[in-house]
Amino acid sequence: MSWLLALPFFIPITTALIAFLARGRKHLCSVISITGCFAALCVSIAIVTLVVSGGPQAAQMGDWQAPYGITLIADRLSAVMLLISAIVGLCVALFAISDINENRVKLGFHCFFQLLLAGVSGSFVTGDLFNLYVWFEVMLIASFALLVLGGEKIQLDGGIKYVALNLVSTLLMLTSIGLLYGLTGTLNMAQLHISLAEVDNPVAISTLAVIFICAFGIKAAIFPLFFWLPASYHVPPVAVTAVFAGLLTKVGVYALIRTFTLIFPNDLGFTQNILLGAALLTMLTGVLGAAAQYEFRKILSFHIISQIGFLILGLALNSPLALAGTVFYMIHNIVAKTNLFLISGTAQRLAGSYELNEIGGLYKASPLLSTFFFIAAFSLAGFPPLSGFWAKLLLVKASLDQTAYFVTAVALITGALTLFSMSKIWAEAFWKPHPQGHCKSLYSLSVAERLQRLLPVSLLASITLILGFMPEPFIEYALGTAGELLHPDDYLEAVLTGSSH
Amino acid sequence: MEGPLAVVVGILIATGVYLMLARDLLHYLFGLVLISNAANLAIFIAGRLTRASPPLIPEGQEAPQIVVANPLPQALILTAIVIGFGLLAFALALIAQVYRELGTLDVDRMRIAEPVRPKRKKSL
Repeated sequence: MSWLLALPFFIPITTALIAFLARGRKHLCSVISITGCFAALCVSIAIVTLVVSGGPQAAQMGDWQAPYGITLIADRLSAVMLLISAIVGLCVALFAISDINENRVKLGFHCFFQLLLAGVSGSFVTGDLFNLYVWFEVMLIASFALLVLGGEKIQLDGGIKYVALNLVSTLLMLTSIGLLYGLTGTLNMAQLHISLAEVDNPVAISTLAVIFICAFGIKAAIFPLFFWLPASYHVPPVAVTAVFAGLLTKVGVYALIRTFTLIFPNDLGFTQNILLGAALLTMLTGVLGAAAQYEFRKILSFHIISQIGFLILGLALNSPLALAGTVFYMIHNIVAKTNLFLISGTAQRLAGSYELNEIGGLYKASPLLSTFFFIAAFSLAGFPPLSGFWAKLLLVKASLDQTAYFVTAVALITGALTLFSMSKIWAEAFWKPHPQGHCKSLYSLSVAERLQRLLPVSLLASITLILGFMPEPFIEYALGTAGELLHPDDYLEAVLTGSSH
Repeated sequence: MEGPLAVVVGILIATGVYLMLARDLLHYLFGLVLISNAANLAIFIAGRLTRASPPLIPEGQEAPQIVVANPLPQALILTAIVIGFGLLAFALALIAQVYRELGTLDVDRMRIAEPVRPKRKKSL
């Protein structure tokens, strides 16, 4: 049992070590990386199955009982995040074969990529706040390396801004964890839920809650802490951007959800308003920023911010339906966003640039790629019957239930503006003729490269379609997750008394 | 002892923030170093400062016989120092490389990733 919960980060770390030894050989490295991702996927499916049938599963590392040792725990939220990040990892590893050049592989691309996945998975399974900090750092240092790997001028420029602002978030997180320990004497998240309720110091608790919002808010890129994201996400190779876009900010959101459902549940009256305001402004500023951009990846980067607003919105509304909306939105968004970035990479390969005024004619040159873009983009904009529609529906319904009509209006306006940006990309990159007159077709690529580029895209697009056409089991799962988050009794029991090993 | 040390943390953070407000990247990094030390010191104080003995359990016993100091914050700080050292060393190396490639440490002049005048549609 305890080994199964350690595998989601043990496998990527092992893979990273092997990939480091084999870094001189590009194909061997790719094979190792894909095998590792596939193994991680199998493990995460096993964990999801266990959690669905048996409730939250906990494991005490080194047999130190909670709250003294480090606890690993998978509840429904952790399990689904593990699964979705394993899928994203596998897709990006496949795409990376053709997107990452030999030089970057020699510098250790696959090693850092696997370490990033280890950091992400570790953050999802840990039940200890300080351990969460450590996994955040693993993820952070790997993302630093991936961002500047190759050392082009533009990468260094974007990288320095990313590094500078994320280090601030790290320090805030460390300080707030230290102060929380001073207040309660524990760092086990389940124990914190109990201990913090007994602390009679509302000023200190409120201050800590706000520092946590700032620390995780920088990672999650919420308003007004998101400026590192549009400065850096368009500089590395697109495979790196895709995995960043899919996973990094979502780990920040996951940490926010965990903190404000498990650790600070009683403080919500005060922090809820901050989160709500931040969510609405994040949605609007993100989507307006995207409207001003004319570069494929910059538009998508600003949309990441706008989507983060929706995720935080569900947390701020804090009803079972709203939290279920957040969980469903997260699944939908990770898949659609990663897919859009992968498609933008292939579009650049065919048309020659990311600048929308320098490209065109993609619809005529490769209808298949256009179809995939259409599915992902219009799902993001919330078109029925694609996955984004159900995700937005849950959140809009939740806001209407609380008669928060202003929130509903902002969510719908954001949806409309998202559609504006997506149709801008569609009109500029896909419909209008190529300014140089000719756009390469998919068939000009070698069979192997076509497969490496289209297989992950089609896999992610089919997940979007499945989420869209058969949303019921997934919404059911999301509602179950929301129930666990709002009533963490099973979670507490699994950590503090379960002692299964 | 907590009071004076809390003041030290405050001074470290104030100095760090002042340095980070400079445009020069190296000043920014020095500010981060100071604040990272302040964070470690804050954890140390949060673990309560006592004059108790080191947390050693005599042979054959299961629990310490006298009042001992809390070893956990120190373990946390040790981890944080190692991680912080790695991150700051990376940041320093990155800044050195940025200076070599871009020829400046003034963040206002680093406009390659975000050009002041991005390419627009011709009609605009």
